[in-house]
Amino acid sequence: MTEVAIAAAASARLRRRAVTTEPASVRTVLIAVAVVFLAFFLLLPLITVFVEAFRSGLGAYLAAIGEKDALAAIRLTLLVAAISVPANLIFGLAASWAIAKFEFKGKSFLTTLIDLPFSVSPVTSGLIYVLLFGAHGFFGPWLQSQGIQVIFAVPGIVLATIFVTFPFVARELIPLMQEQGTRDEEAALSLGATGFKAFFRVTLPNVKWALLYGVLLCNARAMGEFGAVSVVSGHIRGQTNTMPLQVEILYNEYNFGAAFAVASLLALLALVTLAVKTALEWQFGGSLAATGNRH
Amino acid sequence: MTAEITALRPVDNEDADRGAAPLATWGVPIDVAVEDVSRRFQDTPALEGVSLTVAAGELVALLGPSGSGKTTLLRILAGLDFPDSGRVLFGGEDALSMPVQKRHIGFVFQQYALFRHMNVYNNVAFGLAVQPFRKRPSRRRIRGRVADLLSLVQLEGYEKRYPSQLSGGQRQRIALARALAAEPRLLLLDEPFGALDAKVRKDLRRWLRELHDRTGHTTVFVTHDQEEALELSDRVVVMREGRIEQIGTPDSIYDEPASPFVAGFIGEANMLPVTVQDGRIYLDDRPLELFPTGFPEGKATLVFRPHDSVLAPTTGGTIAARVIAERRHGATRRLETEVGIARHRVEIDVPVGAERPAGGRITLKPTRWRLFPGHPEG
Repeated sequence: MTEVAIAAAASARLRRRAVTTEPASVRTVLIAVAVVFLAFFLLLPLITVFVEAFRSGLGAYLAAIGEKDALAAIRLTLLVAAISVPANLIFGLAASWAIAKFEFKGKSFLTTLIDLPFSVSPVTSGLIYVLLFGAHGFFGPWLQSQGIQVIFAVPGIVLATIFVTFPFVARELIPLMQEQGTRDEEAALSLGATGFKAFFRVTLPNVKWALLYGVLLCNARAMGEFGAVSVVSGHIRGQTNTMPLQVEILYNEYNFGAAFAVASLLALLALVTLAVKTALEWQFGGSLAATGNRH
Repeated sequence: MTAEITALRPVDNEDADRGAAPLATWGVPIDVAVEDVSRRFQDTPALEGVSLTVAAGELVALLGPSGSGKTTLLRILAGLDFPDSGRVLFGGEDALSMPVQKRHIGFVFQQYALFRHMNVYNNVAFGLAVQPFRKRPSRRRIRGRVADLLSLVQLEGYEKRYPSQLSGGQRQRIALARALAAEPRLLLLDEPFGALDAKVRKDLRRWLRELHDRTGHTTVFVTHDQEEALELSDRVVVMREGRIEQIGTPDSIYDEPASPFVAGFIGEANMLPVTVQDGRIYLDDRPLELFPTGFPEGKATLVFRPHDSVLAPTTGGTIAARVIAERRHGATRRLETEVGIARHRVEIDVPVGAERPAGGRITLKPTRWRLFPGHPEG
């Protein structure tokens, strides 16, 4: 055998070494399927939103967004997100802390409960709040006598949004915190840290990427939630309409340009969320790898 | 590993001038007393009436198989777990009423528990950086202290590395440096070498012993490796099923085991069921030339180590054995034999060139042996 032949045989062996690699044809087909699927179901609609939004030109687009009711919807959406996301950040942290670090009765029940908002239809979630706080609901008469309106008002929208978006932070954190256990906290305490310092210097930094990711998802859903909010909001223009509701109203009025203009803002939010997440991963790739984060 | 260990700069010189709370008691080794401590987990007792004293500056090993309660005892000393009953005293003071932060201990965890999101510098500095503002050393002092500790553990220049970028042995040493940073009064190590390969273990073991001789911390470490316990510690506490079987120096534990369990767990030991009668030891009704003094008559266990026996001429009073296998064992040859009617397994070490009769039938005689009441378990 010549040297060339030996080298060729050796390189053939090397190439064969990656036993999990499929033949080129299979790879091509799999990649093509994934790309076509993504293009058809994700990319195409996304492009359509922006194309439709700008169909009548930039002037019409800005006019549609600058319209009084649209601005009110944007303000309300931001307000709801500004309340529900921090609330869920705290609830989520507390719940995952409790589940991951302590042993107590009913723990698995609590874990199941946290997932409930994901398994219940958002419309049902909204209805629950109508039944609880509506005029004929459980707390309704008492609330009315106190002059507090929950349903068909901002508090109801916030409550429904918190309910629907509750699992995002907790679900990101629980597996990670469970995997990490309590060793690091014990180490921090043994080194003289108070519980407070151990939390902020050790526990929180250990989960910060998962937490941030959970918050991003939570925020995206809080701004985009339709079903539950639709039930409790009452669709009062300029008052209880969030952006998704505003889109629907405009669409039902055959005002497609304006509907797509507002919708494009929501689509933009999704893109920004994605970009921020990618940027964070790129920026902190090293320490992400160091912390063993899965995202 | 064995390079000269630099002296530690104390943390408190400069800060004492700031009117900070006195740090003088830190780093001064204390004596520890454990009195009748018991701990149960649900229905399983982890510790039952354990009492133990550790002198200031002493290096003590808690040795036992898994489930013997040694780690539970260590965690109780640290304040990471609490006993159901009993007392723990640090320098005569009740330690159980102190939370873990106030006990001023240094704890090295089994898997090191280094903070993965912090670099080496911040890991080592942690114990100083989290002190209350009034006690906290200045930034400059902390930097000096971390530099000293890193040179102590021979990892200078590793400040910027993350734990994931270190080898197991390096992590272990950083964990130790971190535990020493705040000048603990008591150093506790949970299976400190458990996760390392044999060569690194051996180096680190010697290194830790030197470090201890240098810094003089009262040190308690947990191990299931008897070799580690014997080589490293001043005294060994042998534990079994939540109780202390024996406390003693490595020599006394090895040479004068208090029970067949200790004899079998520390080093290797042969155990033969025998009977004591008329001041003699009988194996299967055959008298041995071994004479116990003041031992009660009845069933007993004869314990001797493979290297504490010799091939003897076929006269009365020796143990007749049949060699079933032999293999090289370091400088000697290990013979696996069967003894008596019930074919008890007995291993002995003989010189490599030792002459012995053909046919695999030998007679042997223990040179050092111990007798315990009752027949061996199992």
